Amino acid sequence: MSSDNATNNNLANPRTTRMLTERENEILEAWIENRVNSSDFRETLISGEELRSDSQSFLRAFVTAIADSNVEEMRGKEFNAIRRLLLEISEARAAQAFSPSETAFYVFSLKESLMPFFRDEYRDDPNLLIDEVNKISKTLDKLGSFIFVSTIKNRERVIRQQQQDMLELSTPVVQIWDRIICLPLIGALDSRRTQLMMERLLERIVRTRAEVAILDITGVPTVDTQVANYLIKTVTAVRLLGSTCIITGVGPAIAQTIVHLGIDLAGIITRNQLSDGIRLAFEMTRQKVVPTSGADEDETGQEGGADERVQSAHS
Amino acid sequence: MSAFKVPILKVGDVLIVSIQSDIDDRTVLELQQRVLEQIERTNARAVLIDISLLEMVDSFTGRMLSDIASMSSIMDAETVVVGMQPAVAITLVELGLELKGVSTALDVDEGLRILRDRMSKKQRGARAWNDRHASAGS
Repeated sequence: MSSDNATNNNLANPRTTRMLTERENEILEAWIENRVNSSDFRETLISGEELRSDSQSFLRAFVTAIADSNVEEMRGKEFNAIRRLLLEISEARAAQAFSPSETAFYVFSLKESLMPFFRDEYRDDPNLLIDEVNKISKTLDKLGSFIFVSTIKNRERVIRQQQQDMLELSTPVVQIWDRIICLPLIGALDSRRTQLMMERLLERIVRTRAEVAILDITGVPTVDTQVANYLIKTVTAVRLLGSTCIITGVGPAIAQTIVHLGIDLAGIITRNQLSDGIRLAFEMTRQKVVPTSGADEDETGQEGGADERVQSAHS
Repeated sequence: MSAFKVPILKVGDVLIVSIQSDIDDRTVLELQQRVLEQIERTNARAVLIDISLLEMVDSFTGRMLSDIASMSSIMDAETVVVGMQPAVAITLVELGLELKGVSTALDVDEGLRILRDRMSKKQRGARAWNDRHASAGS
């Protein structure tokens, strides 16, 4: 055996493969020991058994992949298998709240544990030792960066999913009374959200035959020109359907901003409180809230008792 | 050339125009012409345009709706557009066509109620004007 054997730079030396296969268990033990003793190992996040089973399957896949694939380019179906495995590991680690760099270091740490074994194997041939160590080291670097990237990708997916969920949650259309619906808006408005909100509101108006739609912006932190533009568009679309839109929850801060920005809300009905809006909506739908005759039913006692009845006065 | 004609029905004082499918520009122009002729011929006081089956709208059709409304209004007939689909409303808003000056309603029933309100208000207005002038004259 001489270093000339390693002219095919893309394949690992057969000696390396044989050594890795034969001493796999020793390597695994060394690696796990290294992990458990290292300063960044967090016992609270991952159990010893899990670490062992992960490491075992990773090492197995790694050795198989090294055996007969293109190490340099990480090609071949064996490397596909190891990639899939890494994806699983990165997903699990992300769920266990490991940071991406911790997960990547997990893969890098194998390098450290492998070195003594290489030293033993290539004691006779330092040149070959350097070659082989370089190859393995490059491969592990690539795998490490791969797991890093996939961990981040997983996180991004989770974030996108959560954004979608939030979008779904954040546009509830509530039926307040016959022919009156309300859309309470909470949080910052962007174009995607407003689009969805507008569609929901319009669909709901058509379905419920609502004459009045109340848009409550109490929960909207700031109104800039863009948000105001969205609101105006929504109000116009509601009018086109044949319904009327009332914007409520316009506090002092928002009123000031709107005037300072020079936004023209002419023709749009605005109210300070949601309750004012509801009162107006009752008027517009020719309905009336009256207190029950409290004289003989004294249980409610308090003024403007909670028990009020709505009278519908259709013309 | 389109063989399709939009039906215009006269019910009482109201012309009911029901657009049954997506229409092309030629049909739109022809419809505008026929509505105005009908107003003149039948002395209708109001026009109700039902577009609940219209699923697509372009800037031309949008303009036509507001044009018919303002033309009819000059000929002393109220116009109301009813049953607009949400998608159509969103398109019109995005196109910047707010149909200012056009009344809208959710369905035909509601539209007729609005028209009746308007017509009776107008009559009352005319009567009040007459009364004022009669008393001024005496």
